[in-house]
Amino acid sequence: MAKHHISATLNGNAVEYLCETQQTLLEVLRDELHLTGTKEGCGTGDCGACSVTVDARLVCSCLVLAVEAQGKSIQTIEGMAAGEHLHPLQRKFLEHAALQCGVCTPGILIAARSLLERNPDPTEEEVRFWLAGNLCRCTGYNKIVDAVLDAAREMRGN
Amino acid sequence: MDAKTIAPDQKALKVVGTRPVRPDGAPKVTGLARYGADFSLPGMLWGDILRSPHAHARIRSIDTSKARALPGVKAVITAADFPEQKYEFVGPERVAINYWHMTRNVMAREKVLYEGHAVAAVAAVSRAVAAAALRLIAVDYEVLPHVIDVDAAMAPDAPLLFEDMITRGIEPAPDKPSNISKRVELNLGDIEAGFAAADEIVEMNFKTAPVHQGYIEPHACLARFDSGGQGELWSASQGHFVVRAYTAQLLGMNIGDVLVHPAEIGGGFGGKTVIYVEPVAAALSRKSGHPVKIMMSREDVFKATGPTSGSSMTVRIGVKKDGKIVAADGLFKFQAGAFPGSPVMNATMCGFAPYNIANVRSVGYDVVSNRPKSAAYRAPGSPISAFAVESTMDAVAVRIGMDPLKFRLANASRTGTPTAWGPKHAHEGYAETLQALLDHPAYQAPLAKNQGRGVASGFWFNNGGESCATVHVNEDGTVVVATGSMDIGGSRASMAIMAAETLGIAYDRVRAIVADTASIGYTHVTGGSRVTFATGMAVVEACRKVTAELCARAAMIWKVDREDAVWEDGCARHVDKNDKGKSTGKFEPLSLKAIAAKRAVTGGPIVAEAAVNAGGAAPGFASELCEVEVDPETGSVKVLRFIVAQDVGRAIHPSYVEGQLQGGVVQGIGWALNEEYIYDDAGRLLNAGFLDYRIPVASDLPMIETIMVEVPNPNHPFGVKGAGEVNIVPTMAAVANAINHAIGRRLTELPMSPPKVLAALDSGAKG
Repeated sequence: MAKHHISATLNGNAVEYLCETQQTLLEVLRDELHLTGTKEGCGTGDCGACSVTVDARLVCSCLVLAVEAQGKSIQTIEGMAAGEHLHPLQRKFLEHAALQCGVCTPGILIAARSLLERNPDPTEEEVRFWLAGNLCRCTGYNKIVDAVLDAAREMRGN
Repeated sequence: MDAKTIAPDQKALKVVGTRPVRPDGAPKVTGLARYGADFSLPGMLWGDILRSPHAHARIRSIDTSKARALPGVKAVITAADFPEQKYEFVGPERVAINYWHMTRNVMAREKVLYEGHAVAAVAAVSRAVAAAALRLIAVDYEVLPHVIDVDAAMAPDAPLLFEDMITRGIEPAPDKPSNISKRVELNLGDIEAGFAAADEIVEMNFKTAPVHQGYIEPHACLARFDSGGQGELWSASQGHFVVRAYTAQLLGMNIGDVLVHPAEIGGGFGGKTVIYVEPVAAALSRKSGHPVKIMMSREDVFKATGPTSGSSMTVRIGVKKDGKIVAADGLFKFQAGAFPGSPVMNATMCGFAPYNIANVRSVGYDVVSNRPKSAAYRAPGSPISAFAVESTMDAVAVRIGMDPLKFRLANASRTGTPTAWGPKHAHEGYAETLQALLDHPAYQAPLAKNQGRGVASGFWFNNGGESCATVHVNEDGTVVVATGSMDIGGSRASMAIMAAETLGIAYDRVRAIVADTASIGYTHVTGGSRVTFATGMAVVEACRKVTAELCARAAMIWKVDREDAVWEDGCARHVDKNDKGKSTGKFEPLSLKAIAAKRAVTGGPIVAEAAVNAGGAAPGFASELCEVEVDPETGSVKVLRFIVAQDVGRAIHPSYVEGQLQGGVVQGIGWALNEEYIYDDAGRLLNAGFLDYRIPVASDLPMIETIMVEVPNPNHPFGVKGAGEVNIVPTMAAVANAINHAIGRRLTELPMSPPKVLAALDSGAKG
C-alpha cells in the first residue's frame, strides 16, 4: 500500500513525512521524525504523556492519526524552549523539583502551557482539573501544581 | 506552608540540605532525555510478544512456521530458545529468586499460568509486520480450571498451578502438593500467656486487592547481540547490573559478555527490579543478527508485569485497660501471582515492628494463583500488613477510649525494643513522628458532618548493600562522580551534593552520572531506599580518598611531610602535626583547582574509587494523618487533608525527599480508594488500562503536607536513613480510620471504593 505524503508545520518549521494510514501522530513523531520527547504511556489517551498541540489544541498524539496533521501546526516539547532559554514553565519545574522520573513531564509541560494560554491566572483548583488528564505516579502532583502557579505568576509579571 | 523539617541535631553543613537544580533536569524538561523506548540503531527490528488468552492452560504445541514464512519476519522464538534452568532458590529467603521460575515467567514452557503470559516472540522489519506475524502463530492449548483468589487457591480442591509443589517451611513436609509455596512464622514471647493477661482483645479480618506500581513508562529496551557471543542492552530498569545478571543467566551467557547501558527510567517503584522484555529482545537479536527493540503496551504491562500481592489477613491484638499492648497475632496470606515470591515475609516482620510488644506471633503464607507474578512495590509487603495492623490498632484505641496517637506513643518501639525476627531495634525516630502529629494544630481542629480524621503508622527496614562510586578530578578542577545506581528520582543531585560537601567545593563544580555495567563495579538495584544511604557512602568514601590524595599532592608541592597537609573548606592547608595540627600560615592554601593544574608533575590523574557493602542502614518510620469527607449518597470518599511525618535521618536534597513523601502517600491513596484488578469468570483481566484502573489524578487530591523528622543515622556520614518507601506504609489504614471516624463504619477490604462504602453505610453495622 502506498504511503501518504503529509506536509505540516512542526515546532514552527515546515516538515514533510510519509506515513501509513494506521500510524498515529505519536508513532510518526517518535519513529519517523526521531522526536522522542513525546512519550507513550498508554496508547489509549488516558495518561497524557504524549500531549502535543495541533493548531493550538491540546491533544493526545496517540489518538491522532498521522495523516490528520496535513496542513496543521504541531507543537511538541522539543519546540518549547527558545534556543537556550527555557520556557518559564520548564524553569519553574526545575526550581520546584516538580519531576522525579520525568517521563510524564513533557506532556504535563505542554498541557500546562495550553492552560496558561487560555487562563493566565488559574486557581489551584483550575490547575488540578486542567491537568487531570496527565498522570504522574511519582510526585503526588504537589510540586507540579506549585510550579505551574509560580510560572503563571512570573508570566503575568508579578 | 505545606512542608517543614524537625531537626533536633542539625550539623553545620554547606551544601547538604540545599535545593539545587538536578543535573539531569534540563534534558528532562526539553524532551532530550532518553528513556527505555527512546533508543534506536541502524538496521533495527521491532520485537513483539504473543501472549496467552487463557488464565491457565497446558501448551500442547506451538506452530510458528507461517509466521517465519511471512516476508519481513527475521526471527521467531519460543521457550525452546532459552536454556532450562536449575530449580533452586538463590539468595536470602526474604528476597530469594529461582531461575527455573524466572525463565518460565519470561516465556511460558509447559503451561501458561495467567492471561498475558508470554508464549512466543517475533522480530520483524516494522511494528505492523511483527503484529501480523504474531497472528500467524498457532498455539494449541488445553484449557485448565483456574484460580484467582488467595483463599480459594489455598482450598484443598483448588486447581494446582504446579502439580508437584510441596509447601516449604512446614516440618514435617506435607505429603500432598498445593498452591502454598511457603509458610513463615515468627514468634516472640508467649502468645497464649499474653492474650490470657489482656483486658480487651480485638480480632479483625481484612482483604486487600493487588495493585500495580503504575509507572508511566511501559517496559522497553533495545538489544544488540551478535553471533560472537556478546551483546549490549539499552534498558530502563532499577538496576542495570541485575538486568545484566538475569539476562545473561536466562540466555546461558557469561555476565561479562553482556553490557547494559542505563537508560533514563520512567518510574519503577520496585516493578523494574525484575526483567520481562530484555532476554526476549536479546534472544531475538541473537537469532536475527539485527538490533531489536521491544516496547510493552500498557495493556501488557497490566496483564503481565508487577503488581504487588493481594491478601487475606487476620489480626488479633490484646491490650491492658491502661493501653499497654500485651499480645499481637497476625495471619497474612499473600497472593504471589503465578510464581512463588510474594513479599509475605516482609509483611510478617514489619506489621508489628513499630510497637514494643512482649508476645508476638506472625504467620505468613505465600500462595500462587493465576495472576501475573507479583513484583516489589514500595516497601514490599509492609503496607499490606500495616493496613490490617493499623486498622486493628485504631479499633483497640476506640475500644479502650484512648487517643490513637497517644496509644501508639505509649507502645512505640525505641532503641533496644526486641523484634519478632530477632535483633533489637537500634534506632530512634518513631516516637518523634507521632509527636509531630500530636503537636500539629490540625489534630484538634473541628470537623464538619460526614468528615472524619484518622491516623496510622508504619515501619520499613531501609536497605544498605553493594554500591560503587568513582570520583575523577578533571583538568580544570571540576569533578565527575560516577556511580552504578540508576537515578529514579533525583539521586544524581544527592550524589553531587554529598560529593560537593565532602570535597568542600560548589555543587555546580560536580557532575554526577550513572555509569554503564562495564564502566563501574557491581551496584545493586535502586530499591529498598538504599541509594542515598549506600551509594552515598561509596561517594563520600571515594571523595575522602580524593582529598587524601590532594593533601599528598599539596605536601609534594610544598615539599613537606604528608601529615602536614589537611583538607579543609575545599583547600589543602599546611599544619604542624607536631603542634596539635595547628595551621602554620607558611604556605597559601591550595585549592582543588590549583592542585588539579599541577597533577601531571605530582603523579598524574587524580582518581579514586570506592566499593562498599554498606551495613548500618537505619529503618524508616512514618506516621500519617488523613481527613476525609464521605458522600453518603454516592459512597465517594474525598481526601480533604493529608499530613505525613516521616523520620528521614537527614534530607540531602529536601525537595526530592518531600517529593518521595508526597508521591508515596498519593500511591497509598490510590491503593486505599480506587485501585484493583477486576477479573471475569474466565480469569481474564477486565480493566487493563489507565481508564478503568484508575490511579489518582491531580483533581482527586489536596496538597500533601510533609513533616521531615531528622533523627540522624550515626552510621552514615550525613545521617541518611533512606526516604523512599515507608511513606506508603500507613496510608491505607490512615484513610480507613478516617472513614470510620466519619461514618462509624470500619471498612476492612481494599479498595474502599464507592460500592463498598455504600454497602457499609447500608449494613448498619457499627465499626
